[in-house]
Amino acid sequence: MSIRVQTADFDIGQEIEALRQERTDIGAIVTFTGTVRDMAKGAPITSMSLEHYPGMTEKQLEEIMAQAHERWPLQGSTIIHRHGELRPGDNIVLVVTLSSHRQAAFEAAEFLMDFLKSKAPFWKKETPVEGEAHWVDAREGDKDALTRWDKG
Amino acid sequence: MKLLYFAWVREKIGKTQEEVTPPDAVTTISELITWLETRGPEYSEAFQAKSSINAAIDQTHVSHDTKLDQAREIAFFPPVTGG
Repeated sequence: MSIRVQTADFDIGQEIEALRQERTDIGAIVTFTGTVRDMAKGAPITSMSLEHYPGMTEKQLEEIMAQAHERWPLQGSTIIHRHGELRPGDNIVLVVTLSSHRQAAFEAAEFLMDFLKSKAPFWKKETPVEGEAHWVDAREGDKDALTRWDKG
Repeated sequence: MKLLYFAWVREKIGKTQEEVTPPDAVTTISELITWLETRGPEYSEAFQAKSSINAAIDQTHVSHDTKLDQAREIAFFPPVTGG
């Protein structure tokens, strides 16, 4: 399990290799990468800045990751989230999950992203080509996405 | 106790953090917000939309009716937008 919050970019191939190493018992590797879109509410943007709460961010991500490892038979996982100034096309977030079967790896990656989006203390501010920079509003759908993981 | 502010809450209050000693009658997050609002127009402006204010005690998300108890660090911020 690895969690990193950093300004630097990441290399997906390197992150997979770091988790996989010499293991041959892994059957499925899922990665999700979130990137900066060049448009917000129909208007082009020039940059996005990401603020976070150092300490709480890592704590929340560790809790979410521990929950994923409890629910699915994962053989490894990584979350990397960038902060600071980003430009359209830049990587924002990476989730990697390893398991012996694909269903667990897919589901755990989705679970990690759904919880990260609603629990990890990050805030995005977009600077449009025209007009003033504005804080991005939270989407109600992101909260709704959590309910599907409720245990019945 | 130490208070931390993030995103537009930080911008409206004009501080990233501060040490405060609220009166003994302030026992919950909600009461702390009400007390902070009396400290100046920048606070009442920042806390105007209460339903948009999220709080954390010692780096754990909490609701507004949560008791402060022995809280060392309390943070106020808008709904999160990472990922």
